[in-house]
Amino acid sequence: MLEKALVGSKKYYALVFFLAAIFLVGFFFFLKQLKFGLGITGMSRDVSWGFYVAQFTYLVGVAASAVMVVLPYYLHNYKDYGKLTIFGEFLAIGAVTMCLLFIVVDIGQTHRLFNVLLHPTPHSMLFYDMIVLNGYLLLNLICGWTALHAVYKGTKYPSWVKPFIYLSIPWAFSIHTVTAFLYAGLPGRHFWLTAVMAPRFLASAFCSGPALLLILIYIVKAFTRFDPGEKAIRALAKTITYALLANLFLFGCELFTSFYSGIPGHQFSIKYLFAGLHGHMKLVPWMWTAYALMLVAAVLLVIPQTRNNLGLLPLLCVLVVIGTWIDKGMGLIVGGFVPNPLERITEYMPTFPEVMISVGIYAAGFLIITVLYKIAISVMESRGLI
Amino acid sequence: MVIDTRVCQKYAPCEDCIHACHHLHNVPQIPYKKHEVKWIWKDEFEHAFPDTAHEYANEVLHGREFLLLCNHCEHPPCVRVCPTQATFKREDGIVMMDMHRCIGCRFCMAACPYGSRSFNWRDPRPFIKNPNPRYPTRMKGVVEKCTFCTERLAEGKLPACAEACKHGAIVVGDLADPNSEINKILREHFTLRRKVHLGTGPSVFYII
Repeated sequence: MLEKALVGSKKYYALVFFLAAIFLVGFFFFLKQLKFGLGITGMSRDVSWGFYVAQFTYLVGVAASAVMVVLPYYLHNYKDYGKLTIFGEFLAIGAVTMCLLFIVVDIGQTHRLFNVLLHPTPHSMLFYDMIVLNGYLLLNLICGWTALHAVYKGTKYPSWVKPFIYLSIPWAFSIHTVTAFLYAGLPGRHFWLTAVMAPRFLASAFCSGPALLLILIYIVKAFTRFDPGEKAIRALAKTITYALLANLFLFGCELFTSFYSGIPGHQFSIKYLFAGLHGHMKLVPWMWTAYALMLVAAVLLVIPQTRNNLGLLPLLCVLVVIGTWIDKGMGLIVGGFVPNPLERITEYMPTFPEVMISVGIYAAGFLIITVLYKIAISVMESRGLI
Repeated sequence: MVIDTRVCQKYAPCEDCIHACHHLHNVPQIPYKKHEVKWIWKDEFEHAFPDTAHEYANEVLHGREFLLLCNHCEHPPCVRVCPTQATFKREDGIVMMDMHRCIGCRFCMAACPYGSRSFNWRDPRPFIKNPNPRYPTRMKGVVEKCTFCTERLAEGKLPACAEACKHGAIVVGDLADPNSEINKILREHFTLRRKVHLGTGPSVFYII
């Protein structure tokens, strides 16, 4: 099947080379970072995780969200997702790859990365994160690839792959739960020390991931004969709606606990993010943008007329993706570090090299997704399915 | 370790302990605050004890500076989260760092509720004015912190900060031994520990 990736239209080649070029630019800045150290970024002694970890966290959610098409299709035999499932799994492959790359660029001693395998440490949440992320990558490679290969051969997928499909469903929940546990188990970081962290991670993942999937599907639809069908799109829009509402509800729960209890430590980070703290307010416009976008999207998604307007839907998905990206990325990570444990304030913004390295990783991820989607489309075309 | 903050206030702005520690351990003096590396430093009461400070605090506390360093916790969160056991607890209770194993993920910095850990955001060596050849320097990309002078304890010496203090403000000893000098001091004085409610069990005590 891989040969399908090698032949394509001029537009396909142009996209592949464009993404590869951006990846190389990012790689150039990564070499600079290797030379100078992580001081090339905006991170500091007080805000010791930043843009990279924010992207990592967001993309774990995107990866996990593949389960929102896999589960109805394989567990409930929801046939309308038939064509969509492979695209969901391939998006997950791209997203997990980006997650792993963001970890690689975030650690200070890159060549010591495999110390995590050399000295396995079961009391560290990062140990489990390594297992679940790599496991999830493998599961999606197996499930996505064999499903597509069955289409290629014109048969049903082999029965040996079934256990892997069933395993991938709880596994998707596990990757985002463990990622939430990275933060939710730390004493002294009030903003993160909350039991609703994992549920909230899942809620935001299950709206942002399917929203991104729908945007990609709309793009694929515009350039190829592929069409998942209106029913599938409408069903996915409902998933996005419920998950977005759950995400906003859980945020409301956080606000209640922090402000009704009146405990100052629980309020500092939220105040910093939405109103600024002692005149420090770099993230305030970002956070209001994020919540304005999510609220507008939520209202328009709840109203059936606007949700079912297939011309408007991709725009609503863009609102969801941007809103959750700011909230769960920069807002969540930087908010947890401000104020610092001594209640002093150091602000953070990513630097130009830091953003370029991140853009390079996104290019790599979307390159993988482009190639996988191209293979899927070509296979379906060759079988006369689209 | 017990720090008599009354003595520190009496001889303020003495920084002998800080200079001794940072010189002996080749801690770089980086002027850019975001990249700062520090093992022991001073801060005000409301920052050292943010959960204890209040607006009606006694005037004596106002203006008194508190020495801050790794608390060598009984249940250290940094050790719990480290994915490579590069930071670990020794049998004697000291929370130690293996800077050759550290991958620089900075999970420990997120986990430490005392802000006691520093990361080498860049090569620290150009910022060490007068290097001590008897102690290693670090490379970029690793985390470091106070090691309770394990290298000096092994030779039967006191930690550098305790030895450097001419006024005897810093006393170290064995908490596990009920007859130790340090337990005697703790019985006789009112002391505070930083953020005890988090359950980390800090081993640095402050006489107020």
